[in-house]
Amino acid sequence: MTMRWFYYAAPQTFYGLAGRMWPWLAAIALLLTAAGLWLGFGLAPTDAQQGEGYRIIFVHVPASWMSMVIYLAMAFWSVLGLTFNTRLSGMMTRALAPTGAMFAFLSLWTGALWGKPMWGAWWVWDARLTSELILFFLYLGYIALTSAIDDVRRADRAGALIAIVGAINVPIIYFSVKWWNTLHQGASVSLTRSASMAQLMLWGMLLMALAFWAYTLAMVCYRVRTLIIERERHTDWVQALPDVTGALA
Amino acid sequence: MRWESWSDFWFMGGYGLYVWGSMGMTAVLLLLEMVQAYLAHGRALALARADQALENP
Repeated sequence: MTMRWFYYAAPQTFYGLAGRMWPWLAAIALLLTAAGLWLGFGLAPTDAQQGEGYRIIFVHVPASWMSMVIYLAMAFWSVLGLTFNTRLSGMMTRALAPTGAMFAFLSLWTGALWGKPMWGAWWVWDARLTSELILFFLYLGYIALTSAIDDVRRADRAGALIAIVGAINVPIIYFSVKWWNTLHQGASVSLTRSASMAQLMLWGMLLMALAFWAYTLAMVCYRVRTLIIERERHTDWVQALPDVTGALA
Repeated sequence: MRWESWSDFWFMGGYGLYVWGSMGMTAVLLLLEMVQAYLAHGRALALARADQALENP
């Protein structure tokens, strides 16, 4: 079993695996997005309190979840990278960062567009909003730091430290609405009790969340191949790839 | 379908600016990310081909 994991952790094998997976993941993301938008905008009823404005949650909640999940995934790969010193770990962490930064930004942007009509303010310095803003800055810090160091292995190790230390912020974001008296509402979906929203609204939101998951996995599989080629382009196996030799596959 | 017309749909009960501002930004950023990833992949392949040209002239 262990041998198998390390087999796939070799960039050369993972390159082929990721190349076979990303088109399927992208197709799944597309189908889930279509289904989620149809439920969210075609079938879900108007909210009694928020009118049609609540429909922002169909991107706001999934984007916010992904921004947290991706950061935890980066911390996970960073721990593996520092422990086993595998080449793939640093590349996976770097492949995740831009997508995570994008979702963190979307969480803040869609939150502002929800806050203006509902709270009367684009932004408040509430614990939930502030900790999500810090998450966005952590992503930018990771990207800036890793791209500023020329030696890729050193850059990966420095980035891994930001990813691991910054991961402390993720539970703070998640529990902020419980720990502090925030303007941001509490969780609408939780594992311990039934969701406090109508079925169609809930399913629309969950489908969009699954769509963003599939999109993220597709994007990471795609981007990690770019990084593998960049870093291993002098090796025989990259030089023998049909995309590089120009031979028809 | 719960909308009277397309204009009703775009109006979003008065929340059009906020709802479409959110959906629009999401769509734009996802597209930009995909285009950026595609171009970056092409650049990486071009670098690898350049190496090959150096080694096997």
